[in-house]
Amino acid sequence: MRKLIDQGLPSVISSPIHQSSPHESAIRQVAGAARYVDDIPEPIGTCYTAIGTCPVAAGQLRHLDLSAVKASPGVVDVITLADIPGHKDIAPVFDGDPVFVDDQIKFLGQPAFAVLAKTMVEARRAALLAKYDIQPEQPMFSVQEAVDSQHFVRPTHQMKQGQFSAAYKKAPLKLTGQLNIGGQEHMYLEGQVALAIPEEEDRMLVCTSSQHPSEVQKLVAEVLDVKLHKVTVDMRRMGGGFGGKETQAAQWACIAAVLAQRNRCAVKLRLPRQQDMTVTGKRHPFENSYKVGFDEAGRLLATHVVVNGNCGHSADLSEAIVDRAMFHVDNGYYLGASDVIGHRAKTSFVSHTAFRGFGGPQGMIMAEAMMDAIARKTRQDPLTVRKLNLYGPSTGNTTHYGMDVGNNLLPEMIAALESSSDYWQRREALLQFNQNSPVIKKGLALTPVKFGISFTAKHLNQAGALVHIYTDGSIQISHGGTEMGQGLHTKIAQIVAHEFGVDLAQVEVTSTRTDKVPNTSPTAASSGTDLNGKAAQNACLIIKTRLAEFYAQKVKGNAEDAVFADHMLTLGEKSISWGALIQEAYFARVSLSSTGYYKTPKIHYNRDTGNGRPFFYFSYGVAASEVSVDTLTGEYKVDRVDVLHDVGCSLNPAIDLGQIEGAFIQGMGWLTTEELLWNDKGKLISENMATYKIPAIGDTPKHMQITLYQRPNEEDSIYHSKAVGEPPFMLAISVWCAIKDAISSISGYAVDPQLDTPATPEKVLRAVNAVTALSS
Amino acid sequence: MIRFLLNHEVVELAEFDAGLTVLNYLREHRKMKGSKEGCAAGDCGACTVALAELTPAKNSLHYRTINSCIALMSAVDGKQLITVEHLCEGATLHPVQQALVDYHGSQCGFCTPGLVMSMFALYHKDIQPHREQVSYALSGNLCRCTGYRPIIDAATAVCTHSPADKFKRNEQQTIAALKELQSKAETPERGLLLPQNREQLARFIKEHPEAPLVAGNTDLGLEVTQKLKQYDCLISLSQVAELKECREDDDCISLGAACSLSDIEPHLLAVYPQLKEILERFASLPIRNQATLGGNLANASPIGDMPPVLLALGAIVVVDNGEKSRNIPVSKLFTSYRQTVLCSNEWISRILIPKPAAPYLLRAYKVSKRFEDDISAVCAVFHLYVEDGVIKKVASGFGGVAVTPVSCEALHQALVGKRWSSAECIAIGKEILMQAFSPIDDVRATAEYRNQLLGNLWHRFWLENQQDNHIETRVVTYA
Repeated sequence: MRKLIDQGLPSVISSPIHQSSPHESAIRQVAGAARYVDDIPEPIGTCYTAIGTCPVAAGQLRHLDLSAVKASPGVVDVITLADIPGHKDIAPVFDGDPVFVDDQIKFLGQPAFAVLAKTMVEARRAALLAKYDIQPEQPMFSVQEAVDSQHFVRPTHQMKQGQFSAAYKKAPLKLTGQLNIGGQEHMYLEGQVALAIPEEEDRMLVCTSSQHPSEVQKLVAEVLDVKLHKVTVDMRRMGGGFGGKETQAAQWACIAAVLAQRNRCAVKLRLPRQQDMTVTGKRHPFENSYKVGFDEAGRLLATHVVVNGNCGHSADLSEAIVDRAMFHVDNGYYLGASDVIGHRAKTSFVSHTAFRGFGGPQGMIMAEAMMDAIARKTRQDPLTVRKLNLYGPSTGNTTHYGMDVGNNLLPEMIAALESSSDYWQRREALLQFNQNSPVIKKGLALTPVKFGISFTAKHLNQAGALVHIYTDGSIQISHGGTEMGQGLHTKIAQIVAHEFGVDLAQVEVTSTRTDKVPNTSPTAASSGTDLNGKAAQNACLIIKTRLAEFYAQKVKGNAEDAVFADHMLTLGEKSISWGALIQEAYFARVSLSSTGYYKTPKIHYNRDTGNGRPFFYFSYGVAASEVSVDTLTGEYKVDRVDVLHDVGCSLNPAIDLGQIEGAFIQGMGWLTTEELLWNDKGKLISENMATYKIPAIGDTPKHMQITLYQRPNEEDSIYHSKAVGEPPFMLAISVWCAIKDAISSISGYAVDPQLDTPATPEKVLRAVNAVTALSS
Repeated sequence: MIRFLLNHEVVELAEFDAGLTVLNYLREHRKMKGSKEGCAAGDCGACTVALAELTPAKNSLHYRTINSCIALMSAVDGKQLITVEHLCEGATLHPVQQALVDYHGSQCGFCTPGLVMSMFALYHKDIQPHREQVSYALSGNLCRCTGYRPIIDAATAVCTHSPADKFKRNEQQTIAALKELQSKAETPERGLLLPQNREQLARFIKEHPEAPLVAGNTDLGLEVTQKLKQYDCLISLSQVAELKECREDDDCISLGAACSLSDIEPHLLAVYPQLKEILERFASLPIRNQATLGGNLANASPIGDMPPVLLALGAIVVVDNGEKSRNIPVSKLFTSYRQTVLCSNEWISRILIPKPAAPYLLRAYKVSKRFEDDISAVCAVFHLYVEDGVIKKVASGFGGVAVTPVSCEALHQALVGKRWSSAECIAIGKEILMQAFSPIDDVRATAEYRNQLLGNLWHRFWLENQQDNHIETRVVTYA
């Protein structure tokens, strides 16, 4: 055999861990060379698919006339539910999501058929030509009605601690309130897309933009009626996911695969934006209420919260999403005797789904609503009330689901931000300003975040990885996580490079493929790095042990003393370069490849009792936001934001900072300008980017001071870092509270404004009107 | 035949579908997948490309961005179309690309190529941009991942010291190549017609009476990409020399109907600097680089932002049919929902805006859910002449409150003769405006909100135009 080539590696490197390495695809992204599914060169003969959708929200589909569709120019094939060879239901957990409509129409926009044509535009034009014969039925649009009539996608769940009724009766002060919380469109910039390529006989390769390749593999196999091993899913990167591609990317892959199998050609299905927004689920809108008893100081004694998730027509992930809303109605506060009830309302809307925070934000905002209400009632600054109610020795340290909070970081983090953001001086200045400003009112709010990390479905808390070292010393790592921009692959590459003591250029992270790492969990719940990082590390450790033993034998040393650093393996006095080590190990027939595996320890939850430890640990954050509100128009501006966010020992400070900033602005969008509106027929009318407004560049606050709070995670997470994807999203609740604070100033802070979300300028002006009327 | 430079390559296209967009040309015909489709409606900017075109003096290049997803091929005729793939020099990234890497400005990367192109155009502006100018330049690029801060930092840093890139170094060759292309300018014979002058335009309209006129295509583009409409023939106004000229006459500003909003901006602001906010908030920069003033009028959309301005300024619309032209006051232009008094063989050739005859008060307000790149829930423009403290003349224009852009005669009449400083003016204005129209509930606002805004914007106008007012009225200041 020809001598292997030594690439001449740098001799001294510093470990890439805890460094701000750029995103592993950054250069390709800025050069326009990063490939997304729609950019992959298409196989010869590729055909294109479009979806036809139901025009009403509820009814019996008596007949679907597709003759004009079939006769349309360029059309190759048309399929409906009857043409699905295998399983027809692609629901992720509980049944209820057919690939296409059966006789019962579930929502306006439900896919009814797919048409395959020679070109994309021919397919899309043809899809408009179907004729629907429908016996209309009464749709269910009201969450309250659904709850009243127990029209649920899943049974109601309850979490309790202590005796709420008795404590509430005894409480000196009482308040009730309710809040309607809008949903949110994911608005990933890259829409839903899949490319199915038929391979030999009944094998299928699917390129998809999905957070959950293993589920796509399973569902594609099921609809094709083949075993899972015949289907390979390849996922290089997504142009954004945010939860919207966790379960709801599968349908398009399944449809493309069925058409590819029938027609023996590659099939691409890419949803046009307006259809994407209509046919895919969103963050759940919630209609929640609370009843609290508290003492004169504002300390919670008894708390009763009802959260009603608007789930749409099917369960999708709503069971866990409403659970997570329930788990977070405390945010960082001890609720006293508590009773938390979660309903999953079944309505005639698209089935709502995962979105960054996964119900957590819709629950957590209730905690902050309660704090604001108590503060106004007891005539205190809301921050005083918040601090008073934090988990700790003087309140209590057990959540309403029976989990010990452990070392709560919030008191020290709040104290730090209170000081660094000059909260009290600014409060004074702002009171002065408001007294002299009849039109513009300023508001300030400092709110915490405590977010539980782990999938609440226990089995999902596992991950796998596969590491190969090639004979030139270069390393390939595959793992179960998907890259959607969050920098997961960058962090994984850092972990692998750190373990082997090589630089990042030695490590290539492959696309996520079901034939490399099987049975993976979705990249969701902020868990991507926690799970896959540990699995990757595990694979590295296995290979390192082999290499260390091999080298120890050679130099007669002790393998346990091996140190992998600076492109060297050092064992006591002896050392060998990385390249030489790998070449020698290869010739000595040492396996240079290993899988790795990880499962999260310690977690458990009993749904029957509503008690347990569903989370491995909590991530914390604190934000102070200042806003100006125009009381003539309801327009507002976020003037200043200060954030302190807990990331444990950050694996990559730049990436973590990017996650925090991005999440904050996305959360701000959810609570301010992003308004989902359906008309009285159930048709989404904010169905494109012209009518649904995510934050633009000018919405970024001029002053935005974000600081990482670096304390090692007390739990054994990967290098004691913490998950960062979702928790900072909820820091934006400070913006909503600040807007309410500004409005409340009109009443001399006597009235707590009713401000449903999103707090569009129109809703803000309505709240201004109401508070003005109440205070005059 | 249309001719353009695709990056450095001369392209001559004779046969193409009239409705072919620049993005589909790049992605489907040329398999250049760097530019992305995010919305196909000009709302997200993932498809942003840059155009380099000869300045009027033909001795330098002007760089501007457009949304390639809704631009027709007419947009690139005689220009250099620059795409993200062309920015690198060998393996070396362009400075704007390198800055985005260094500042961690890309996460999922899908919006990134568009952002790169907007930063590239800003890089060629020869300014050291402050934050507002960066926001202005990138206002048409949505990013869902980063929260924009690293992008703002990257753009500010890289555009502050911008050494000559290869485009600057090759400028003379590019100029020569574009001059060569322009010397051969001609219209394709079918599909997308590109008349070069008014005679040719009149003839095409006669020969193709069914063919819609297009200019910036920012509205008709949606018919193509969203409603999948097919057009056998389109007549583009973008090369008609007579429609492209802006000038200042003694008593009015004369703006060519096919000039983009970016092109008219300096002319309008030179006389009416108060219009800065409404012009900057008109859609996004790439849209303003394409959309024309004539299009915004001919569309007769009730939610366009320029018609209320033109109503309040008493503008005159010059309409032509190739043989004779006639003048129509803007107030007489709109007849019903998206309808005008134009005959089928006529087009708008220019807009005449009177210069102020005496000291005046003017504000153009826009309220929308999002400050940038959004459509008005209500647009309100107030224009007053006050002499010795007494109101002499009132003009107004409103969008979003009726089926057409409208003025409020009752307001005009009720206020003349009143003392401007008297609080009575607030009450009169509010009372009239809150009942003047019957707006509708839609996705942008309810009728109730619109009515209250009308009154409250008048209140704001009054406050902002009192001599010794120190009351803050705005959460965002447009200097």
